[in-house]
Amino acid sequence: MCDTCGCGDSDLVPVEVQERILSGNERTARHNREHFEEAGVFAINLMGSPGSGKTAVLEATARARSGLRIGAMSGDLATDNDAERLRRAGIPDAVSITTGSACHLDAELVHKALHHMEWRDLDLLFVENVGNLVCPAVYDLGQAENVVVLSVTEGEDKPIKYPVMFRKADLVLITKTDLLPHLPGMSLEALLDNLARVMPEPRTIVMSTLTGEGLESWIAWLEERHQARAVLTPAHGHHHHHLPG
Amino acid sequence: MHEYSIVEALLRRVESEARLRKALSVGRIRVALGELSGVDPELFSTAYEVFRARTLCEGAEMEIRTVPALWVCRACGLPIAPGGILRCPACASPARLASGDEIVLEQIEMEVA
Repeated sequence: MCDTCGCGDSDLVPVEVQERILSGNERTARHNREHFEEAGVFAINLMGSPGSGKTAVLEATARARSGLRIGAMSGDLATDNDAERLRRAGIPDAVSITTGSACHLDAELVHKALHHMEWRDLDLLFVENVGNLVCPAVYDLGQAENVVVLSVTEGEDKPIKYPVMFRKADLVLITKTDLLPHLPGMSLEALLDNLARVMPEPRTIVMSTLTGEGLESWIAWLEERHQARAVLTPAHGHHHHHLPG
Repeated sequence: MHEYSIVEALLRRVESEARLRKALSVGRIRVALGELSGVDPELFSTAYEVFRARTLCEGAEMEIRTVPALWVCRACGLPIAPGGILRCPACASPARLASGDEIVLEQIEMEVA
């Protein structure tokens, strides 16, 4: 009611909300994260441009036979190709998340995909995001770490063109380094300098899945991170005991 | 184009706030978007224009407050210029983003009886 004159007209009142618009996604992401942490699964959100080598990195990781139990879910606009490649490379637990026209995965899609795989006994779960350097950076999925795959053919200025993506990266894999001799204009040093302008603590591994360069450091990083998680969750075991009653 | 799905989430938020307060309509909303939020204000406005039809926000203008990226030293709090190396020039500690990643619904002007 309009108080001034009693005319019965309604009032326009400003209401302070201050609410994160993606709080719904953040809630589901927290739920996923709790699942991963209690099961001792180290979850990685793997992001990068289309063709940067995300699937190739996962194939190489599976073929490295590290002893780590690996599972993967692949976001793909329309096909099951990536998951099929991963199953052939020795990741039996590889499922597709067909996103249709969506340009990114969100926490709900990841949560649904978990219902279609045996993930509790895994050491590592890779969530291979849709190939895109923009949208996936906005959505928390519940991962422990973000890994961004950047191939040397994409050019040294990608980090400063896509600062949101690289700011969120815990590790950048610089891939396809076997092609460097064919890229006279590409300077790794300039690429690392650009990363330091968008990442406060840039961590990188220079690698080639063709020559095997960097693969050892990558596997060591995965093992170290998985171990660190396992220590954080002492209840982690692959046999789940339930109390009677 | 994740702006569309963020606008959908925004409209859901506004509707539930409005319902909670028994609002008759929504006159205006204000949103904060950080420079490093990953949301493009122009695309966001376009998506809003498309999606607000036949919702409570049909007649509600959206104001976007853009928030510049502000990097500061994690240890001593000294501001660090964007574009440069993200380390403190004084103590060499890594920078921390103090603001500039907001995707926030700040205010709703609603018509109440």
